[in-house]
Amino acid sequence: MGMTIAEKILARNAGLPQVRPGQIVTATVDSLMLHDSAVQIYKLFKEIGIDRVWDPSKVVAVNDHKIPARNVEDAELDQVKRAFVKEFEIAHWYDVGRGGICHQVFPEQGHALPGTLVLGCDSHTTSYGAFNVAATGTQIPEAYWVAAKGNLWFRVPESIRFELSGELPRGVVGKDIVLKIAGEHGADFAAYKSIEFTGRAVEKMSLSNRWAIANMGVDLAAKFAIFEADQKVFDFLKGRTRKPFTPVESDPDASYERVYQMDVSALVPQVACPHDLANIKPVTEVAGIPFQQAFIGSCTGGRLEDLAAAAEIMRGKKVHPGVRMIVIPASVEVYKDALRAGLVEIFADADAVVAPPGCGPCSGHHLGILGAGEVCVSASNRNVKGRMGSPDAEIYLASPATVAASAIAGVIADPRQV
Amino acid sequence: MEPFTRLTAIAAPLDEPNVDTNQLCPTRFNKLPQGQFARAFFHELRFDLDGREKDFVLNREPYRRAKILVGGVNFGCGSSRETAVYGLYEYGFRCVIAPSFGDIFVKNCFKNGFLPVTLPEQDVAAIRRQLTEQPGANLTVDLESQTVTDATGHAHHFDMHPVRKRCLLKGLDDISRTREYARQIEAFETAYRSEHAWLFGAADKT
Repeated sequence: MGMTIAEKILARNAGLPQVRPGQIVTATVDSLMLHDSAVQIYKLFKEIGIDRVWDPSKVVAVNDHKIPARNVEDAELDQVKRAFVKEFEIAHWYDVGRGGICHQVFPEQGHALPGTLVLGCDSHTTSYGAFNVAATGTQIPEAYWVAAKGNLWFRVPESIRFELSGELPRGVVGKDIVLKIAGEHGADFAAYKSIEFTGRAVEKMSLSNRWAIANMGVDLAAKFAIFEADQKVFDFLKGRTRKPFTPVESDPDASYERVYQMDVSALVPQVACPHDLANIKPVTEVAGIPFQQAFIGSCTGGRLEDLAAAAEIMRGKKVHPGVRMIVIPASVEVYKDALRAGLVEIFADADAVVAPPGCGPCSGHHLGILGAGEVCVSASNRNVKGRMGSPDAEIYLASPATVAASAIAGVIADPRQV
Repeated sequence: MEPFTRLTAIAAPLDEPNVDTNQLCPTRFNKLPQGQFARAFFHELRFDLDGREKDFVLNREPYRRAKILVGGVNFGCGSSRETAVYGLYEYGFRCVIAPSFGDIFVKNCFKNGFLPVTLPEQDVAAIRRQLTEQPGANLTVDLESQTVTDATGHAHHFDMHPVRKRCLLKGLDDISRTREYARQIEAFETAYRSEHAWLFGAADKT
C-alpha cells in the first residue's frame, strides 16, 4: 500500500520498507535545531558527564528569543550558549547579527533539505515543511536524548490532505489560508496528524506563503505540515547547500484519514480575534476596531515578501498618530534584502520603527510589550491572553498587508481597499 | 521523580478548549527556578493586576484542593515550554484528564512524571458535568488498571503506552531508566576494556 510524505520520511529514517499510522518507530534525525534550549543541554551534559553530541555537523543552534541581551541574566545565558557551541564543536551557530529567528535562519542557511526529518526545540519547527521536511517541535527533556544519540521514537501520524484550488486573490496570502482553516475546523483539528498541502493553488503560491502555512501547522495542532518540493524550493536551496537530498512525494494510493478541499480564489483577508486562534472573522467584519500597536515580524510574518507587501501599502504614507508600529525582519538576510530594496526607508519615513532581527514582542520578551488595556494588530502567530505582554491586552492576528493597512488607518482595515 | 500509582482526589472541571501553555505558565515566569511555579500556574486566570484572586474555578472551594484537572480538547497546545508542566505539578495537580492534548505538552508531562489521561470527548464532558453538579466529588485514577472511576462509580478505561506506564509507576525518568541497566553497562565496559586494552592506553602505561 502507498505511503504519505510523512510515512515515507519516517520509514526511510527508521530503515523500514513500510510504516503505517499508529506504528511506533525509532527514526534517525537528520538535524536538531536548538535555541535557548542549548543552555539546559549544556548544563545537563556537564552534570552527567556527556562530552559530545551525536554529530556536531547536524546540530544547528540559533540565538533568537531575547537578542541582543536585555539584561545581565540574558547576557550570562548567552555566554552559556556560546560555551556549548565551542566546547561541543557545534558546526552551525547563528548569534546576534548573524542569524535571526531560528525558523527563518534554518532554511536560509541551507539546513532544510527536502525529504529529511528534523526536530527543533521550538513548537514552530513545523515551518520547514514548506521545504518538504518532516519537521516538528520537541522540548528539552527529549532534546537531551536526541542531542546525545541522534534518534527518537515516533508514533507514525495519520495524514490529512488539504487540497487548495484556485489562485490567491490580490491582498490575500498564506497566513489568511491558515487563519481560515483554524476558524472553520478549530485550532485542534489536526492534533498529532501530518497535514499535506497540495493542489493548484499551492503550485502557484510563493515559497514565502507556503512557509507561513507550514509555520502555523503547529497552531492547528499538527505534528507535521508538509508540502512537496518543486522548482521554487530547488531554486531557493541553490547556493545555500551542497548537500545531496532526495525529495519525497506521496504515493497515488496513499491513504489519508481525512481529505479537505478549499478554493482560495474567493478568500478574503482573515483576522483572528482575541483570545483564540479559532475566533476568526473576515476583515470586513472587524474593520474599524481601534488599536495602539501594529507589529510586523515573527517566524510567521517577518519575511521579505511580508515586508514588501506592507511597504507597498505604506509607501509615502504615515502611520496613524494614535498607533505605534514595529517592524522586525525575521533574519539578517531579510533585513539586508529589505535595506537594499528600500523597504526600511519606507517604514522609517512612515514613522514605523525597524528593530533588529529576532523574535521581538511575539514571544512576549521585549521590543514592544503590551500594557494592560492595549490592543495590538499583529502579523505573528498566537493571540492567547498574555502572549505579548499584559494578560489584559488584546491581540488581533492578521496578514502583514492587513497590519500595514490598519496601521495607516488607525483602525483595523481591509488591505484590498488601500 | 515521584511515582504515580493510584490517586483518589477532588477534581476540578475546566470547560475550556485549547488551553494554551502560555496560560499554564505565562512567558514572564519561564525563567523562575524550579520550585516557584505554583504562583505562575494559570496566573492571569487566578489573579488580577493587583495580585488579588479573581473568580476562577480553582479559586473556589472545594476545587481549591483539587489534584485532578478535567479539561477540554487540545489541552496544553501552543508553545513548547516545559514550565507548563512545572506549574501544574507544583500547584498540586498530579493528573489532567482531557479529550486531547498538545503533542509537545504530553511529552513534557511524561518526562516529568505527570499523568495526562485521554478519554473520549463525551465521557470527559460527562465527568465535568458531575464535578460541576457535585462540587468536591472525588475521582480515582488508577494507572495499574488504566481506569478513571468517576463520581457515579463508573470506570472509564484509558490507553497508555507500556513503557510510559512503567516509568510513571516506578517514578523513572530517562536517566534513571538507563541506570537500571548499570550492571549490564558496567559488565560490558569491563569486558570491552580488557578485550581492547590497546584502545585505552594500556600500552603506554606498561
